[in-house]
Amino acid sequence: MSNTTYRVLIGKPGLDGHDRGAKFIARALRDNGFEVIYTGIRRSPEEIAAAAVQEDVAAVGLSSLSGAHIRLFPAVVECLRKAGAGDIPVIGGGVIPDEDITLLKEKGVEAIFTPGTPVDQIIAAFTAACSKHHETRNA
Amino acid sequence: MTKSPDFLNWQENELHKSISRFPERKEKFTNHGGGEINRLYIPEHIDDHYTDDIGFPGRYPFTRGVQPSMYRGRLWTMRQYAGFSTAAESNKRFRYLLDHGTTGLSIAFDLPTQIGYDSDHSMSTGEVGKVGVAIDSLADMETLFDAIPLDKVSTSMTINSPAAMLLAMYVAVAEKQGASADKIKGTIQNDILKEYVARGTYIFPPKPSLRLITNIFQWCGEQTPSFNTISISGYHIREAGSTAVQEVAFTLANGITYVQAALDAGLELDHFARRLSFFFNASSDLLEEVAKYRAARRLWARIMKVRFGAKNPTSWMLRFHTQTAGSSLAAQQIDNNIVRVTIQALAAVLGGTQSLHTNSRDEALSLPTEESVRTALRTQQVIAHESGVAETVDPLAGSYYVEQLTNKIEQEASALISKIEDNGGVVRCIEEGFIQRQIENSAYEYQQEIERGERIIVGVNKFEIEEETKPPLLRVDPRVEDDQVARLREVKANRNSDQVEKCLNTLKAAATGDTNLMPPIIAAVKEYATLGEICDVLRSVFGEYREGC
Repeated sequence: MSNTTYRVLIGKPGLDGHDRGAKFIARALRDNGFEVIYTGIRRSPEEIAAAAVQEDVAAVGLSSLSGAHIRLFPAVVECLRKAGAGDIPVIGGGVIPDEDITLLKEKGVEAIFTPGTPVDQIIAAFTAACSKHHETRNA
Repeated sequence: MTKSPDFLNWQENELHKSISRFPERKEKFTNHGGGEINRLYIPEHIDDHYTDDIGFPGRYPFTRGVQPSMYRGRLWTMRQYAGFSTAAESNKRFRYLLDHGTTGLSIAFDLPTQIGYDSDHSMSTGEVGKVGVAIDSLADMETLFDAIPLDKVSTSMTINSPAAMLLAMYVAVAEKQGASADKIKGTIQNDILKEYVARGTYIFPPKPSLRLITNIFQWCGEQTPSFNTISISGYHIREAGSTAVQEVAFTLANGITYVQAALDAGLELDHFARRLSFFFNASSDLLEEVAKYRAARRLWARIMKVRFGAKNPTSWMLRFHTQTAGSSLAAQQIDNNIVRVTIQALAAVLGGTQSLHTNSRDEALSLPTEESVRTALRTQQVIAHESGVAETVDPLAGSYYVEQLTNKIEQEASALISKIEDNGGVVRCIEEGFIQRQIENSAYEYQQEIERGERIIVGVNKFEIEEETKPPLLRVDPRVEDDQVARLREVKANRNSDQVEKCLNTLKAAATGDTNLMPPIIAAVKEYATLGEICDVLRSVFGEYREGC
């Protein structure tokens, strides 16, 4: 890792309470040198975007296992844009069918991870997204 | 423990010789949670007193099962959890399941319903009809059970915070069908404590939530004698990542809390205790799971008889539903999930479950298709009719390993329950995050074992292949949300709003006082007050719970 400590937000949009995955990712990122803020469950896209802006994070990770990703992930991207923070990359994870992945990426989600993905791959994606964000901001 | 001379002799000779030539696969063999598994279990390991600890099925302490002849009499209830999209779509799926030999219904509600929001609430966006059926008012419930005779089927409803409202609607539909409340059979989950630590569909803070629960115990005790008033659930605690021991300990500790709350509310122990039921997970560690069910049964019997002094043997019985572990399903090579579910279902049956849901092979990808659901049901039917395991009671009893593990799980769970009580009880431990942290730590360790390759998940971190064909998935039509909102508006336009308002005011007054809330809730649902409206009245009196992070 570089000597920059990246700060990221892990959010649970919508009403889904299954946060085993979100908590695991939050802790794994922490163990890999990230500073992690976890929103807790049942947050609206507005709340998540506001927290991301307020905490000045370099990336947002979203998790949903209820099938609501298709509405809620793009809603978070949109809220960030409206708040003038459209450069904060959004990464998603959960029970997400392949055909939705393309759709979500079209709507501005950086990457999507589904069950069974090795955690190293997810950490690498956060590192890449954060460093890209860091460069853009400092350009 | 003293080892017999024969054992020591075997260890020095055959075993030593064999191991020096063929080392074992691992230095240490463990269960999830780190409990070490011995190479071999021998009679010395089970220092049991047969009558006190194992005994006979249908007799205290029920280690071997709650009925004397178990599945030789009646097989377990094959109860497939289902529900999605609209009430009309779900009604079709229920009728399909009933036609294919399922013997009890189990309703999945969507998240807005579970959290007491109407489909047009801003937080409901994207969630309507997704993980279950959307119910906004009695009108939806009437559609859901259309042409399904409620005096004949038994229905389990996975509903917690708004359990009273959904039960009220169920009773109202049954009444319209001509079935009186005392004829209905089924279960409401109604287990709020595990929502705070594992599942997340809470609305109100713990204290008023416990009041709603004891109100239900009391009302059902008088009106619906064949309805299980609660399903105290370890399932979701395990899904959130706990170990088997934690699953038993936290579930029974929650059970103790409900019993105490009901006693504090002045209810009579032997009157409500017989309608308490439980719900456990079935994971893939087959023998540990069997031991877990046996240990839970024995420990609960001892708690009810010794600690609470229940007199009626029915009050001592831990009757439970089981679901196979959703979190164990892989998104890769999904047919392997059929095998996982078979092992898990076998564990539940060998452990003496009263009813069982088997997961479908495609559930790590989406809601299951009709074909996958059929295979899941067939898995139960093959176990029931072909495997032979249902032909004798508690077939694994007397296995040195299973008996030792049963003892061990009981002792460790009992110690963990004491620890919770030393820390001020379940509610305090939830508020302070003690239980959540324990579960999180276990989940983290388990996942790390997988990441490091110490724990192998076939097709996921070993034996992987490139998969070219993708299975067909069930999709919920996105128009469902708009349709549901339109239906809700129609219901609101066609009801007597003065009556609705009157009922909601009566409910508010009752909530402020301390009378039983079931009668005013029933009155309100019958006037087509919506679930969101009823919950909002209670939110205004009880406040809302928000998780501390």
